[in-house]
Amino acid sequence: MLRTIWIMWLCELKKFSRSRSRIIGSLGQPILFLLALGYGLGGVFQAAGQGSYLQFLAPGVIGMAIIFTSIFNGVQIIWDRRFGFLKETLVAPVSRVAIMLGRTFGGATVATLQGCIVFVLTLAFGFHPYSWAFVIPAILVMFLTASLFSAFGITVASFVTDMQGFQLVLNFLVMPMFFLSGALFPLTHIPLLLRVLATIDPLSYGVDGMRALLINAPHFGIATDVTVLLAIMIAFLSIGSYRFTKLEF
Amino acid sequence: MPNIIEVNDLKKTFGSVEAVKGISFSVPQGATFAFLGPNGAGKSTTIKMLTTLLRPTSGTILIDDHDPARDPDAVRRVFGIVFQDPSLDEDLTAWENMELHGVLYGISRGTRRARISELLAFVEIDDRRDSYVREFSGGMKRRLEIARGLLHHPKIIFLDEPTLGLDPQTRKRMWDHLGMLREREGITIFFTTHYMDEADRNAETIAIIDHGSIVASGTGEDLKRQTRKESLEDAFLELTGHDIREEGASGLDHLRMMHRMRGR
Ligand SMILES: Nc1ncnc2c1ncn2[C@@H]1O[C@H](COP(=O)(O)OP(=O)(O)OP(=O)(O)O)[C@@H](O)[C@H]1O
Ligand SMILES: [Mg+2]
Repeated sequence: MLRTIWIMWLCELKKFSRSRSRIIGSLGQPILFLLALGYGLGGVFQAAGQGSYLQFLAPGVIGMAIIFTSIFNGVQIIWDRRFGFLKETLVAPVSRVAIMLGRTFGGATVATLQGCIVFVLTLAFGFHPYSWAFVIPAILVMFLTASLFSAFGITVASFVTDMQGFQLVLNFLVMPMFFLSGALFPLTHIPLLLRVLATIDPLSYGVDGMRALLINAPHFGIATDVTVLLAIMIAFLSIGSYRFTKLEF
Repeated sequence: MPNIIEVNDLKKTFGSVEAVKGISFSVPQGATFAFLGPNGAGKSTTIKMLTTLLRPTSGTILIDDHDPARDPDAVRRVFGIVFQDPSLDEDLTAWENMELHGVLYGISRGTRRARISELLAFVEIDDRRDSYVREFSGGMKRRLEIARGLLHHPKIIFLDEPTLGLDPQTRKRMWDHLGMLREREGITIFFTTHYMDEADRNAETIAIIDHGSIVASGTGEDLKRQTRKESLEDAFLELTGHDIREEGASGLDHLRMMHRMRGR
């Protein structure tokens, strides 16, 4: 069981470390957000008495990198099922739960590394964490968030078998989860509907956890964040594992 | 020889499509068995049921006396497989793909390394073992998949159109290799192909499947005699008709196209 998880995890990491173009390419979007929003809206935000927008935005942009990387990694399974080595692993005499866990945590580790790269990037843009001591716990929150969304991506992929389905997931799940999460705006002083949506959006808790640890400005509070993230992660790991054991071709 | 594959009244329906309509056959241990049939006949669907990837709608299967539905892991240890669609990780090297397989099948490190070296030499890609699979030609990928399928010393190897897109040299070489394996290890070979000469030359038993049913089976000679034809190709056409099978542009075809466009 552990051997299977380990080898699946290792493969994901090997592939990540080799895809330099993928790493560089994935930095484009965060840079754009930091530039256009961080600098562009900075003045307005400050004038409204909310302090530095860049400080506020940086954890949100890290969250963005994490959600996109981990979900895409999970959804990759739609292709993998037919053309990749996934079916090869599914005829091996090993537990399918182990395969699911290996892939989830491999994808999550890759997304966390992306998150760390974006963190370094935000430093270049002038972000400064309020205490360096909390950077390591913040990385743990990143990993928790990444695991949640990797498991989510794999679960979704187990229901979807074609490209149209993938587009649907992207437009109706991933984009809303990012934009409604409070990655870009504070969750105080917003209309009720938006607040409700943000409250049921798992990414809100990931971003909030990072804000708690990186700029000491939580909305829900770190204890709530970690509890919610853990609970949802376990839920998706369970559903995903169950789906994986039933996966057919 | 006892039968290593035993199939009885096997059925599979997808919604309203009856892909496999109650087929029965058996394969003796150490035999080479060919499954021939037009596109969409149900060959891959049958292989998927035999290899635990798909649950039958009804009917029974025994692989080396194990039931895939009840004891999938016991069945999985018995066979190796080369899928119709690619199944290598293109971002890993040939060696790493083999390693992954070896670890998943619980082969110890020392044995694994020796066996991988031996098999890569056997399919003649040992000089490219550290190249990424995405840099390989179609033939090299196929050979690597075959080597991988043999890594854990399976008793049966399933080959779903293994020679598709291979040149005659590579095809011949592949069958020479498989012939050697049969002699050395007594492996049972179950394959599908659209090349009639390949089936005629290599298989002791040929089953012809059409629209989900086995329409004829026997040796190549039997089939030719039954249909009074000179070649297996003519016998095949006689048995399955001349119509081209309509395969609608399903979601699957769309996915295949996307896959090609992604350039993998
Ligand atoms: N997952 C699926 N869902 C719905 N229909 C399916 C599925 N898999 C196969 N079919 C249908 O079952 C039938 C048999 O398909 P199968 O892939 O077994 O054919 P085949 O004999 O392998 O053909 P080919 O020579 O083209 O590979 C086809 O009509 C196909 O469209
Ligand atoms: Mg087929």
